[in-house]
Amino acid sequence: MDDALLDKLEILADAAKYDASCASSGAKRRTGGPDGIGSTTGAGICHAYTPDGRCVSLLKILLTNHCLFDCAYCINRRSSNVRRARFSVEEVVRLTLGFYKRNCIEGLFLSSGIIRSPDYTMEQLMLVARTLRRDHGFAGYIHLKTIPEASPWLIEQAGLWADRLSINLELASDRSLKQFAPEKDGGAIKAVMGQVGERIAEAREEKRRFSPAGQSTQMIVGADASTDLSVLETSDTLYRRYGLRRVYYSAFSPIPEASSALPAKPPPLQRENRLYQADWLLRYYGFTVEEIAAGGEGGMLDLGIDPKLAWALKNRERFPVDVNRADREMLLRVPGLGGRAVDRIVEARRHTSLRLEDVARLSSGLKRARAFLIAADHHPGGLTDRADLRQRLVAPPKQLSLF
Amino acid sequence: MRRVELKDGADLDGFRRALRGLVALGVEPDEVDWNIGAAPSLFGDAAPLPADAPPVPLPRPVGALIESVVCHRDPERYALLHRLVRRVVRGERDMLDHHADPLVHRLALLDKAVRRDLHKMHAFLRFHEVRDPDGGERYLAWFEPDHFIVEATAPFFVERFESLVWTILTPVGSLQWDRRSLTIGPAALRPEGLDRDDRFAEGWQRYYESTFNPARVNPTAMRAEMPRKYWANLPEAAAIPAMIRSAPARVQAMIEAEAAVPRRRTPDKAVAAMARQEPATLAELNRIIRAAEPMISGPLVPGATQAVPGEGPVGAAIAIVGEQPGDREDVEGRPFVGPAGQLLTRALEEAGIARSAAYLTNAVKHFKFVARGKRRLHQSPTAGEVKHYRWWLMKELAFVRPRLVVTLGATAALALTGRSVSVLRERGPMGFGDWEGFVTVHPSHLLRLPAGEGAERAYRDFVSDLRRARGLVEGAG
Repeated sequence: MDDALLDKLEILADAAKYDASCASSGAKRRTGGPDGIGSTTGAGICHAYTPDGRCVSLLKILLTNHCLFDCAYCINRRSSNVRRARFSVEEVVRLTLGFYKRNCIEGLFLSSGIIRSPDYTMEQLMLVARTLRRDHGFAGYIHLKTIPEASPWLIEQAGLWADRLSINLELASDRSLKQFAPEKDGGAIKAVMGQVGERIAEAREEKRRFSPAGQSTQMIVGADASTDLSVLETSDTLYRRYGLRRVYYSAFSPIPEASSALPAKPPPLQRENRLYQADWLLRYYGFTVEEIAAGGEGGMLDLGIDPKLAWALKNRERFPVDVNRADREMLLRVPGLGGRAVDRIVEARRHTSLRLEDVARLSSGLKRARAFLIAADHHPGGLTDRADLRQRLVAPPKQLSLF
Repeated sequence: MRRVELKDGADLDGFRRALRGLVALGVEPDEVDWNIGAAPSLFGDAAPLPADAPPVPLPRPVGALIESVVCHRDPERYALLHRLVRRVVRGERDMLDHHADPLVHRLALLDKAVRRDLHKMHAFLRFHEVRDPDGGERYLAWFEPDHFIVEATAPFFVERFESLVWTILTPVGSLQWDRRSLTIGPAALRPEGLDRDDRFAEGWQRYYESTFNPARVNPTAMRAEMPRKYWANLPEAAAIPAMIRSAPARVQAMIEAEAAVPRRRTPDKAVAAMARQEPATLAELNRIIRAAEPMISGPLVPGATQAVPGEGPVGAAIAIVGEQPGDREDVEGRPFVGPAGQLLTRALEEAGIARSAAYLTNAVKHFKFVARGKRRLHQSPTAGEVKHYRWWLMKELAFVRPRLVVTLGATAALALTGRSVSVLRERGPMGFGDWEGFVTVHPSHLLRLPAGEGAERAYRDFVSDLRRARGLVEGAG
């Protein structure tokens, strides 16, 4: 690796870091064997964490940050004065294998600015994946960003080599997209999601490989005026209609060379966090978008408490819930109890009547749950309905220091 | 008191032997004195355990838990496991479901700690390329796990790096892989000068610094997943303190910076040209098709030799769509040149259609087959595979603009209609959306009929279908 390649790596990693996804999960088990290299494990591995708390699992780079598009939120838009660079297909392959052999990464997440044409760009991305798989027997994880404006047949081919395809919606509404990303078209993006979703379902049925870890997308939060409600409604549609595996939320982050249309400001990290929690409730806890939104005000989630607690505080008539009798669906709605804890509760209570100390062994969230739970030796009494319950759960009263 | 001696580390074999003896004699957990790595008792064991006690049948999850927990550093681990097994053999077979039981809970915590340690070793171990006297590729790693997990991690590293030569050294044991066999070795000391001249190590550090977003700085979240104790062996971690220190100033600078005026002019011509990416002619489209990988045989599986695009003039009145190229077509790269193609050519002539005036193509552009000895046996494409290729077929037809599209067989009819068509029942004219269509059998179907009157009648029907199709075109013209 020479200095020129190191410089390019620095530019093209910096240019790719605003994509939140770095997951290497969901792939089928696969190994490279004696002539190839690598394996996928299903669950994915984070090989490092940067001081922003994010996981480094894949080598996340752009093929190039030259771009013909002019999306206001993006550091790589054509009107930005950022330093530009471009990798060759061979260079990306070399870097991926080099880092992989040192056990720094699970694989590659490759995206690109649009150069020459969407088709040309998509083909280059596909060629990287094909070279890794076919010429080097690479069995690690490959996530390719799909260029929605590219021809359908190129997307069809990309899915044959990649573990995951993703297309970023970027903004929750078509109106915002038109305003901030003039070359993008919300309809075209969803059409490709539909195409990819259909292929994934067919391939699964016919036991073939096509993007076996599914497809994902990303929405930027806080750049435009979209409410949490509209963001979550969009996610809900994406999960239901296109069978997306994940929707990532990325707090709009200040970038060097910011556009005058979207000046730099601190990223709304708390809002992003609440959206992820809400997304989880949507997918695994049986909540509807309306229920989640009702926990907040005016279509925005409560930033002070998590959305499940917010819902519970506004629906106190549903509590307390008997840990020894309630069905799984209702237990999942108890603040502090996660999916795993609920599974263990349901299994354990077949053998014994659970007391509070038993629940403490099954869940780490008892402090929050106890106001909403009845156990064999515990009843919250009036606690559930106390007006100051929120304060008690959020900020435990500090003990006065006595002089 | 009964004294049991086990080796240092994760002595699974020793524990299993001891456990069999203890269970056979019905020894209570309180009566056992577990000694790990101790010198053998000077006076010998007053009551040695039987060496040939039978295996203890245990539910599979209990066996898995034992294998994991023996790797833990906790000196009480064997005693705890013995208590668990004692209760299981006494009848509490599904004991592990009692998640709230204090013993089960304690063991679950030990198990979790071991699994986390395994996961962190898979994640945070770094190989360094070292000079090999033979000039080959060799890798060396140093790692400090919390528990006795070195052997347990071996399958992961062997599977992932089977094609490389590598050594893993740790303070509690070592592993060596030479591409064929694994050697488990003794504890080691940290080797000197690991990443001395490995430029990839330098590249990795630069990558790590670049992928960090200073506007999201959150060291607590980082330390929860990557505690400080791992930093010493992670080359990239050296940069962490400076990254955290400089983050606020970097963000402030970004926020205070005035929106920059773009230095470059808008590349109007390139932006306009970007939209013109679609193939403009049939020849261009066919070039793309020819360059494409076989989709149906899938990557990494040897498949068709080449893509077979359509053939015939743009503006042909009739387009004929078959299923997929066969063995001959795959070799020659032209459609309908094998036995079925020859039969089609003959039938077209009899129906009064010049083959050279029609556009001939297939729904699927690659040969799908299974190899049987030297022969390649045709396999029908699946519905999903037909859809993969549908884009091309539709583009081809858009260029050719035929007055009538004749589909041969069920696959072609599926490609045009999107549903499964019963060819024998529905043969004849049919609308294909944008195109006037006509459904008939595939000539290979005729080849498979046993020779005789039936086959002759089927051939005559086929020719008369083609004649009808010609009539539709001429009538329409």
